[in-house]
Amino acid sequence: MAAATGTGGRAHRIESALVWIMCAAPLLLLVLQGFTGGLTANPIEFVLRELGVWALRFLCITLAISPLAKWAGWLRPMRYRRRIGLWAFAYVCLHLLTYIAVDQEFDWPNILKDIAKRPYITIGMAAFVLLVPLAVTSMNRIRRKMRPRSWRRLHRAIYPIAAMGVVHYYLLVKADHRDPLFYGAVVAVLLALRLVPKGMARPARARG
Amino acid sequence: MLIRNAPDLKDYDVTDHGLYLRRREFVIGGVGLGAALIGARPAHAAPLKYSPNRMRIDEDKTPLKDVTSYNNFYEFGTDKDSPAAYAGMMKTRPWTVTIAGLCDKPGKYGIDDLIRRFPLEERIYRMRCVEAWSMVIPWVGFPLAKLIRAVQPTSQARYVAFQTLHDPRQMPGQRSDILRWPYQEALRLDEALNPLTLLAVGLYGQTLPNQNGAPIRLVVPWKYGFKGIKSIVRIQFTANRPKTSWNLLAPREYGFYGNVNPAVDHPRWSQAKERRIGEFFRRKTLPFNGYGDQVASLYRGLDPRTLY
Repeated sequence: MAAATGTGGRAHRIESALVWIMCAAPLLLLVLQGFTGGLTANPIEFVLRELGVWALRFLCITLAISPLAKWAGWLRPMRYRRRIGLWAFAYVCLHLLTYIAVDQEFDWPNILKDIAKRPYITIGMAAFVLLVPLAVTSMNRIRRKMRPRSWRRLHRAIYPIAAMGVVHYYLLVKADHRDPLFYGAVVAVLLALRLVPKGMARPARARG
Repeated sequence: MLIRNAPDLKDYDVTDHGLYLRRREFVIGGVGLGAALIGARPAHAAPLKYSPNRMRIDEDKTPLKDVTSYNNFYEFGTDKDSPAAYAGMMKTRPWTVTIAGLCDKPGKYGIDDLIRRFPLEERIYRMRCVEAWSMVIPWVGFPLAKLIRAVQPTSQARYVAFQTLHDPRQMPGQRSDILRWPYQEALRLDEALNPLTLLAVGLYGQTLPNQNGAPIRLVVPWKYGFKGIKSIVRIQFTANRPKTSWNLLAPREYGFYGNVNPAVDHPRWSQAKERRIGEFFRRKTLPFNGYGDQVASLYRGLDPRTLY
């Protein structure tokens, strides 16, 4: 229990560094692939797709942390939930930036047309806009100023945002919907766990 | 076969210097070139005997590595690198193409007989994928028109239908129902007879790599890539319009014609621009992929909004 609540210690620092590396690894891998020519024949499309998929994966990981505490009694990851959530936001931002700057070359009229005309872009952009207040209010200074209840209520928006991310992915795939459906199932299960009344959960207990 | 009004066929009256230096290899079957390249190519790639053709566009060719590593061939998986990884499972010899339907000489034709029977030409064409990327590929093949004339379609024949091999043991992608297998495509007979329409058996001077549709595939440069059916085992002449795979899946997204048309967006994305593989900035997509002078007349009187 000491390790779970303590703030210092070498073990804690190593654990924290490992979480950081895990979050940065996909990005570092893309950079490495950039240097070794591993970004396929269509690097812009590949990077855009990878950043989007990793944003979705990190959103799913963030969403899985509280069910792990509630149902498996594994509290440890809770302390990294904010960091992983912010990494998900970072991947979303890089994904969006790649779309605007590299894929569309800042062609704003076309980007606005895309947002208005292409449902998958409309939904993706809406998900991004909804995600911004969550990222901003995760700063301690702002969080402290908010009432805990309204903070929690605001952050429940992460479920519809994740669902929108899945729909965004589903709509751009040509024929093989297995990957987006997989992420859809993950988000659905995590949301269902969230909706099961707390009384049915095993009493939380620390486990390492 | 004379193609007039073809502004981008610029270099047909001068022989490319590299080609000139390699002139003896055409005569002796490209043996020297083949020997030099054979180490760099998959073991099954073999040099082909062909002559250059003036249907070659004056744009940078997409490197062989990109042409052979970035493919849509769902029979081997839906990721772009899956075909290169798994297409080796497909056996391309022996291989027969069944010709059937409304023609005077139906039958089974061995692939090597076809390659011997029709003189091979190199054609450098643009290839525009419906996903808004494009390549420039030096194909080796023969005009579909020559095969059609040889098998003599009857007067009732109005369409030509094509089918890909259907064998989930060799084509693992066919184990899931992503598309309705076997893959099928079709052309109107006049489209099939157009001199641009090619049955390709090679690229970059050698036999087709499996991931590019070995041993024989269709190349229709003014249409989106999905019309270019790969690994063909059956060609059939019909009176009625045949069903085609992508059109069956999503008729609003993939028309029967599949003509490259920047004016008609895919319902989910724009077709106005494309990314040429190897280039950073998008370029404008040309109507009929730049082959309008040769093919626009085929579609006179049809509503241009239906030409996608």
